[in-house]
Amino acid sequence: MRKIVKVILGFVAIAGIAGIAYVLLHNANMPVLNPQGEIADKQRQLIIFTVTLGMFVIIPVFVMLFTFAWKYREGNTKQKYTPNDGSNKLIEGLWWGIPILIIGVLSFVTWQSSHDLDPYKKLSSSVKPVKVQVVALQWRWLFIYPDEGIATINELRMPEKTPVNFELTADAPMNGFWIPSLGSQVYAMSGMTSQLSLMADSTGEYAGSSSNISGKGYAGMNFKAISMSSGDYNAWVKKTAETGKDLDWSKYSGEIAKPTENSPVSYYVVRDNDLFRKVIMKYMSEGESHTHEDMEDSAHSHSETEMH
Amino acid sequence: MFGKLGLDALPHDPITIGGVVGGTIALIGIAVAMTYFKKWKWLWQNWITSLDPKKIGIMYIIVAAVMLLRGLADAAMLRAQQAVFATGDGGPISPDLFQQVFSAHGTIMIFFVAMGVIFGLINLIVPLQIGSRDVAFPFLNSVSLWLFVAGMVLINVALGIGEFSAAGWLAYPPLSELQYSPGTGVDYWIWSLQIAGVGSLLSGVNFIATILKMRRKGMTLMKMPIFTWSVLCAMVLVVFAFPILTATLGMLSLDRTLGMHFFTSDMGGNPMMYINLIWAWGHPEVYILILPAFGIFSEIVPVFSRKRLFGYVSMVWALIAITVLSFTVWLHHFFTMGSGAKVNAFFGIMTMVIAIPTGVKVFNWIFTMFRGRVKFATPMLWFMGFVVTFTIGGLTGVLMAVPGIDFQVHNSLFLVAHFHNMIIGGVLFGVFAGFTYWFPKFTGFRLNERLGKYAFWLWLVGFLLAFMPLYALGFMGAVRRLDHYDPSMGWQGLFIVAGVGVLVILLGVGMQILQLIVSIVQRKKNMVTGDPWDGRTLEWSTPTPIPEYNYARLDTVTERDEFWEQKQAGTKDRRNVKYEDIDIPKNSGYGPFIAAAAFIVGFGVIWHIWWLALVGLVAVIVLIIMRTLKEDTETTLSAKTIASQEAKLWSKTI
Amino acid sequence: MSEKVNELKLKLLEDKTTSGFWLYVMTDCILFASLFATYVVLHGNIAGGPSGSDIFQLPIVLTETFILLTSSFACGIALLAMKQGKTKQMLGWLATTYLLGVAFLTIELTEFSGLIGEGHGWQQSAFLSAFFTLVGTHGAHIFVGLLWLLTLGLVFFKRGMSEKLKRQFILFGLFWHFLDVIWIFIFTVVYLMGVA
Repeated sequence: MRKIVKVILGFVAIAGIAGIAYVLLHNANMPVLNPQGEIADKQRQLIIFTVTLGMFVIIPVFVMLFTFAWKYREGNTKQKYTPNDGSNKLIEGLWWGIPILIIGVLSFVTWQSSHDLDPYKKLSSSVKPVKVQVVALQWRWLFIYPDEGIATINELRMPEKTPVNFELTADAPMNGFWIPSLGSQVYAMSGMTSQLSLMADSTGEYAGSSSNISGKGYAGMNFKAISMSSGDYNAWVKKTAETGKDLDWSKYSGEIAKPTENSPVSYYVVRDNDLFRKVIMKYMSEGESHTHEDMEDSAHSHSETEMH
Repeated sequence: MFGKLGLDALPHDPITIGGVVGGTIALIGIAVAMTYFKKWKWLWQNWITSLDPKKIGIMYIIVAAVMLLRGLADAAMLRAQQAVFATGDGGPISPDLFQQVFSAHGTIMIFFVAMGVIFGLINLIVPLQIGSRDVAFPFLNSVSLWLFVAGMVLINVALGIGEFSAAGWLAYPPLSELQYSPGTGVDYWIWSLQIAGVGSLLSGVNFIATILKMRRKGMTLMKMPIFTWSVLCAMVLVVFAFPILTATLGMLSLDRTLGMHFFTSDMGGNPMMYINLIWAWGHPEVYILILPAFGIFSEIVPVFSRKRLFGYVSMVWALIAITVLSFTVWLHHFFTMGSGAKVNAFFGIMTMVIAIPTGVKVFNWIFTMFRGRVKFATPMLWFMGFVVTFTIGGLTGVLMAVPGIDFQVHNSLFLVAHFHNMIIGGVLFGVFAGFTYWFPKFTGFRLNERLGKYAFWLWLVGFLLAFMPLYALGFMGAVRRLDHYDPSMGWQGLFIVAGVGVLVILLGVGMQILQLIVSIVQRKKNMVTGDPWDGRTLEWSTPTPIPEYNYARLDTVTERDEFWEQKQAGTKDRRNVKYEDIDIPKNSGYGPFIAAAAFIVGFGVIWHIWWLALVGLVAVIVLIIMRTLKEDTETTLSAKTIASQEAKLWSKTI
Repeated sequence: MSEKVNELKLKLLEDKTTSGFWLYVMTDCILFASLFATYVVLHGNIAGGPSGSDIFQLPIVLTETFILLTSSFACGIALLAMKQGKTKQMLGWLATTYLLGVAFLTIELTEFSGLIGEGHGWQQSAFLSAFFTLVGTHGAHIFVGLLWLLTLGLVFFKRGMSEKLKRQFILFGLFWHFLDVIWIFIFTVVYLMGVA
């Protein structure tokens, strides 16, 4: 009798887990499952697809495990007992075959999605993209808007429904740049650039952080990504260009690049158009150029007109 | 004279000081007890200098068990910080200490707990299972053990003298380079792993030679027990992967000690190269841990289902497939480093492909139960827990194998949940099952069943409570290794649940310790023969306690599951058996001395005490040469001695 | 113990020692492969310092190669003599092996100290770090080999020839030839391709 109770408890547990899963998928606090950006949205679809596919293995495993454990338990002498049965080509073929099929389907989807979600791939849109150069520092984020001539610390503002093309580097150990509501994270590394393209579906405020440990103050590397209407965004850009503090190379090296924790949000006017490149060149010797982009040129296309 | 070593190397914060004081008092206590009971000579003669793989195996397990306690203490500190203090103003654990704690936690759990118990079980079981008397290179085996111990001592010395690495268990540069980690922490990490790693490499060579060359006559590869197959595959992985670790740790050390520029952020160094190399080792490493655990379950399920393993041939090919494939997936650890869509897709697909043979194994185990007679003793419970947890972990693994998905979960707590799922649910549950299963073979009494079952349930519930919330936290955008976070993120509740889970796990460990104590106290009531579970493989055909030479006679083997077949055919008559002289290796102190010299090299380099490092290096070379020149390394047991010993052992057993 | 059992025991001993040694050589291959891979990735990162074509002197490298290959050849002849029981010949050729090995190391160390003297030490760039480490690791293996050969010679003078010692000389020969193969890769990948 006690064993039946355990089996029932098992099923209750599974139902409970399914219930929790449902709640989680509709929890606004779960940016990965409640995306606010095009990239994150595609990624959520991938997650749901893969988990569903996985169920074709998970469920049979659980069902068989508990059924056999119950049915063929020692005390149950009514069942057939075949101690020397060691092989059955048909059954073995089945569970080599079905996983091969599932993984085959998933591989195809992987190939496709890997290209589609390639961080180097620019999002296509009729709207002109915003360019942002990201510098991971110890222990804050510097966002430079080269076209607008402004920069911020620990706050990333963008117009909604507009592709934002990031170029990332670090003046610090390796960091990870991540805004889960909007999509993919990518490493920011010194002496080279990496790329990312994100787009917010609508207005809102999203949490961003560093995903790779970079020293003592790593946990404090949080920033806000604020998506605004284009009117509001342009107003903000104008205001910052008028009232921001001066940012040139000496201010950068003398103050901004120095290890600082828990930095407040600050706004700057960029007085040196070459600032980003200079940060990268800090780690280069003369005559050396080492962009990540150079290395990966053959691996992906930079077509701006690619459909998504 | 003493390099960088000075009084400021002593710990400053109360937690570390507490740990060091506690540990030192414990060690002093043990030393006092040893002296009082006059056990030093016994320890030296019977254990430290022993070349008997059974004893070496037990020593590995004892060291690993002690380190498990330290690793769990680290884990408890991490969870306490994240559940209680992370939303406030700090708490007793500073960010710097927190980062050292998680670096130590990961390093200790993988290198000194998991590798320790695995090598321990391999030493105990493999020679017996292949019907051999010893491993191929008994002296090398001792060196491996003591190098492992030297690495363990070094990483514990870091607690009291100097600091530990704060760069995570894999110490990525540029963070682990001198520029960002100027202290001795990363050097301690490098050298304890380098020394222990050489030990592992030597064991890899040793056990491949053992399995290939020392099987009983008639035991073809396809008649070997599956645990031995899994060990053979794991050792192939060791032999191919550990040299990469040696080279990579060496290069990082050259950067830090001699000012080289392999992985620095300037002067042409390339940190991405380190990441590729370290994971080219790191991925095979996790398969080195899991394959023997698979092997353990392949032994347990048939015995406790009283039915032959389903699909033996399939299982062997699955092991081989996993072994080969594990070298083709390493890039999945850094999809976000930007290698491009095609490269990412290739490695993602290869990662998924590994799930196929793994899944096949799970099905084969379950089908072994089909139409068997399943006894739910503790080892079988661990198996059930393993299937439940490992399958979930496998699913999340396949999820992360899709680069597009990985971009959203990499380095988040989702990742942390996945790998703990695999290592606890897979490796640790397997080790616990194996420990319970083989314990009576070496001690002559069973572990208390009731307490064992309680321990299992505590571990299972504790594990689920501690790690399922982490999957959710990952989806909530929580990254790993955070010592504090904004309370408005809404994460604290789940951290508290996880913290409760760790407490339940600690209760489970407490239950296991209690089980051990109670079983020892009650052992006279639970005495068993050499074959307490009606086993199938050769190790169960020995008496308990097992004689030093394992088998008095090396009779030819004819079947898979040879012992089971012998029992069915009734061929267990022991009368009128002929015995011959047996050579066994003599004890040797060279193993511990070489390891001590290696420790001195490591300590010397870490603290830049160059003369000390040189002394250590010369000592290692001289000791090796001296051992090579030694001639009388074996002793002979006469046939008469064997005969009388066998008579005594078997009269007790039957 | 019976004669046959003794024979079988010796055969097993030889068998497993040889396979153990091959396994070790395989691991050493992987170690060198890691260093080679790193060198290939980093050899262009000269950080404003010299490149291979600036510092490699092919005549010297050719000399080193000739010396090392001859040393291996001498070792082969020595082992042949050993198998035929011609002890004096064996010793002579082993001494040649040893001396040529020392000559190789001397030239290599001279090359290294020359570079360091000119300011092109391993701290100057990733390329130089990788170069010194890869070539230096091979040199360290040569050093260990020479030490091993000396030890074996010592055993021979103290205790004379035995089956066990013969086996160990053969394993040494294996090791020495292996280091030859590694050198050929170094010669090609590092020096020849570096100068091209």
